[in-house]
Amino acid sequence: MKPLTRRKFMTAGIAATAGVAGVAIADRLARRYGLLPPDDGGIYGPGETLTYAAQRILGRHSLAREFPRSMISASPFLNPVAPPTDAFKRSQANGFADWRLAVDGMVAHPGSFSLADLKSMATRNQITEVACEEGWSYIAEWIGTPLSEVLREVGVHPRARYVAYFSIDHDWWDSMDMGDALHSQTLLTWGMNDGDLPVGFGGPLRMRVPRQLGYKNVKYITRLTVTDSMKGIRDGLGSAAPAGGYSWYAGI
Amino acid sequence: MPRISQTGTQELSVGPDHAPTRSRACYAARVSTTAPLANSAPPRHAAVVRVTHWLTVIAFFALLITGMEIVISHPRFYWGEVGNVMTQPAFTIPIPSSRGSVPTAYKFVMPDENGWSRYLHFEAAWLLVLTGLVYALYSLWSGHFRRDLAPARGERSWRDYRDVLRMTLRREKTDAAEAQAYNPVQRATYLAVIFGLIPFVIWTGLAMSPAFTAAMPWTVEALGGRQTARTLHFFVSWALVLFVVVHVTMISMAGFRSRMRAMVTGRAAAREDA
Repeated sequence: MKPLTRRKFMTAGIAATAGVAGVAIADRLARRYGLLPPDDGGIYGPGETLTYAAQRILGRHSLAREFPRSMISASPFLNPVAPPTDAFKRSQANGFADWRLAVDGMVAHPGSFSLADLKSMATRNQITEVACEEGWSYIAEWIGTPLSEVLREVGVHPRARYVAYFSIDHDWWDSMDMGDALHSQTLLTWGMNDGDLPVGFGGPLRMRVPRQLGYKNVKYITRLTVTDSMKGIRDGLGSAAPAGGYSWYAGI
Repeated sequence: MPRISQTGTQELSVGPDHAPTRSRACYAARVSTTAPLANSAPPRHAAVVRVTHWLTVIAFFALLITGMEIVISHPRFYWGEVGNVMTQPAFTIPIPSSRGSVPTAYKFVMPDENGWSRYLHFEAAWLLVLTGLVYALYSLWSGHFRRDLAPARGERSWRDYRDVLRMTLRREKTDAAEAQAYNPVQRATYLAVIFGLIPFVIWTGLAMSPAFTAAMPWTVEALGGRQTARTLHFFVSWALVLFVVVHVTMISMAGFRSRMRAMVTGRAAAREDA
């Protein structure tokens, strides 16, 4: 080994100081601009934070790819989920007339919406791809009420940062940041391919977040909670996904 | 940094800054040089190259293992935009799956390891990308690309490549020259990996990201669709595995201990027993 010269020592010292300062500044900026995901701790935290922050910087408002009608999958894959409960079956027999979407948290007017309420608001349809983290994918037309419309109706507190969404399945819930919640393609979906959203695909109401992978698209939505922090909600990790070993952010 | 043999009798320099001046230099003519490297010689591999090499090794194996875990959850491959168990695959890998919804020839379902595999896959991908950036910037700045990896002047004919391949296949000793500079085939291979395979594996990986392709749709459209990107990602990964197998084999043939020592400490010995 060559002896450590003074110049080398100084250079290394300056580089180390710059590195530590850089990380500290990056951390402050990330906090200020909301670039830290709820599951930013642990050994996978750095990678998760880099992915989330990079994709947010790259395109906060970019639109998921939409496809021509001719590319709609003839037989989309129906990912099997837990069989519906008896209460669900009774509601289904009733045409989901009693299905309610409750909205609470940091909103001016907490309340609940029936499917008819949602359908009477502005609707949007889009032909987008559902991509599962396993690797498979299909394209369908999704019809629904933009989540941003519902949030505008209830009046979101300016300091709100996340929208958590819950389903009839206690163990399948999730959340997204306001960037995705207010995104024009994020739909409370009740229609698919020119018809009602089939139960197998999440009917009567499914969250559709086309810039994220399939597992963020929770089926059978019953409640939304608007919040400025995921810390107080369930296990605080922002989603059922991290507890199951999966990342909160699924943009990749 | 000139690297000139220290014996004084061997005038034929193989140092990176001293490309042979003969117009028709033949690679085979130079490799009989057996000049031992003096201890005062500059390191065989610069510290940045050594550190980024081993960080890349760590990232590569983390990506390979977790990539295999992810493939197990859907060992079917497709061309085009979409593909799922309702569509015809281009090919399937005859292994059991970690998901019950995927039809395989096996009666059992493997344990699901996708959660941590995906976390680690993307973290290791960041390690690869950031390490690659440091390496690339350093190599441009220091001249490592130009000096050590670009085809050396006088070694750009087919004959030079053929000579190396012939000598390698005959297992002729080439240690002295190669302890100091890469041969033409090595240079071409490393350049193909650094500027071809690794950028392509990163691109095909990003082309599967719904958020990334929302920001940059051309990255997936240029490839022909999301499932094509996934299938190409799989193939490029195997090309990289093939490179690693050949790379380690060649290092073993050239002298595993001396080459490892060169990449760890920076010091090269001309002979295995040195």
